Amino acid sequence: MLMISTGNKAVASAVKDAKPSVIAAYPITPQTEIVEQIAEYVSSGELASRYIMVESEHSAMAACIGASITGVRTFTATSSHGLLYMHEMVNWAAGGRLPVVMANVNRALGPGWNIWAEHTDALQERDTGWLQVYVGTVQEAYDATLMAFRIAEHNDVLLPVMVNLDGFLLSHINQSLETENVGDFIPPLQLPHAIDINNPRGYGTLTGPDEYFKFRWDIERSMRDSVRVIEETQGEFAKRFGRSYGFTEDYRCEDADVVIISMGTLGKEAEVATDLLREEGIKAGSMRIRWFRPFPDLDIRGKEVVVIDRDYSFGYGGILAEAIRSRCRVEPYSVIAGLGGQEVTYEDIAGFVRGRRPGEEYWFGVTPDV
Amino acid sequence: MYEIRIHSRGGQGGVTAAKLLALAAFRDHKFATAFPFYGAERRGAPVVSFVRISESPIKVYSQIRKPDLIVVLDNSIMDVVDVLHGLKPGGKVLLNGTLPHDMKGFKTLSVDLTSIALRLNLVVAGSPILNTPVIGALAKMGIVSMDSAKLAISEMFSDERNVKAAEAAYQELVI
Repeated sequence: MLMISTGNKAVASAVKDAKPSVIAAYPITPQTEIVEQIAEYVSSGELASRYIMVESEHSAMAACIGASITGVRTFTATSSHGLLYMHEMVNWAAGGRLPVVMANVNRALGPGWNIWAEHTDALQERDTGWLQVYVGTVQEAYDATLMAFRIAEHNDVLLPVMVNLDGFLLSHINQSLETENVGDFIPPLQLPHAIDINNPRGYGTLTGPDEYFKFRWDIERSMRDSVRVIEETQGEFAKRFGRSYGFTEDYRCEDADVVIISMGTLGKEAEVATDLLREEGIKAGSMRIRWFRPFPDLDIRGKEVVVIDRDYSFGYGGILAEAIRSRCRVEPYSVIAGLGGQEVTYEDIAGFVRGRRPGEEYWFGVTPDV
Repeated sequence: MYEIRIHSRGGQGGVTAAKLLALAAFRDHKFATAFPFYGAERRGAPVVSFVRISESPIKVYSQIRKPDLIVVLDNSIMDVVDVLHGLKPGGKVLLNGTLPHDMKGFKTLSVDLTSIALRLNLVVAGSPILNTPVIGALAKMGIVSMDSAKLAISEMFSDERNVKAAEAAYQELVI
């Protein structure tokens, strides 16, 4: 069905269509309309799920973990400080090999108190064993949420998936949305280690130095296997519903001399900047990183790279720039822009490219322009 | 791409007007996005919302700096906000009722949306509803088709007076 929707409601629609058995959520700021809309679906009977209102995000994830281990589909949503508050349980969900799906509305961390877009919240969770996808449109928020369930629950993965969308820029914007008759796109969950009351077992018990690392390696092995599952799922999605996605969204990259690499809505704005630069004779391209975990192999050999980070790791640099530098063996021009919702236009992005100085870091609005 | 900035006060429905307009444009088979500027909104405080309408997919998420059209739902805002800021040369303004403000030579249209809402008793929590009549005025200006305007309104509101208000604004706006 074709409609107009915010990013928040698109995620809620996808959850309605994926039909999780249990949804747990803490409804206070910085929480979003996602859980509010889902609560309406549950109370109106459109979604036959158990909706558990908990007292904190830590408890929301704990409830999802408890439900998931019984072998049922689970979902929660959070944002910024809510995500950080559930950090311990975020690790537990991945360590327990539980295919929880979570939407995270990317917002900056306080203080100063700021509810606008930034990716540092989710990137602080990058080492937890969760798969992470970052979306660029309302439609993609719906599509990625649907695919997240299928990927997380695939028996070669069995790891939780976090769907990230930019605070306000995507969560609250109205765009067109096509919802689908999902049919059997997401097969029923068959969790091999689900609790069976007729066969009692212990979960999360003491695991000694002789065994622990094997479980860690098993997470990494599944993370590597998830690359194939993501490809298969995105391929099947394109076949059924006609919209195709990759690990990255590449725009005019093939013959580009300089590639702008970014995540979220900045990546869409960068496409407009690319067109602008091309008109000026600069052969630019845009590569929007969709999957941050597992991190994709990028083909940017022989190209100059401008990385825009809407995040920062103090004492080191932009988190995306760090990944590009180490994985791709390039020295990017690292731009830090858009923190806490700082306005970044396509003209600003074109300016970053025109003034690029490979190997250097530039804080938009702080570093003097050269 | 056609870019519209809507000025209103918190609670007057400017954000919903933006959404309705985007939905109507969408029903005209165009691409559209609608979003407010998020700040510390309070009831009665000046707020801004944005609409982009295009024949091709819209990739721009930043705020509208150079609008083609400015819509003012509450003319008293013009005393505190420079609503004409950034308006493109040749750009237009739509006001709710006439007031002796200097519109700096920009083509300015006006229709008394407040009277239309009061006449139809379209009042919520003491405030006249302006977001549905304004869509009728915008249809008269050719921003969206009137069929799609009515369709969008009835998709979002079950009270038929909202469509009547849009029709009244359509008839009363003098181009």
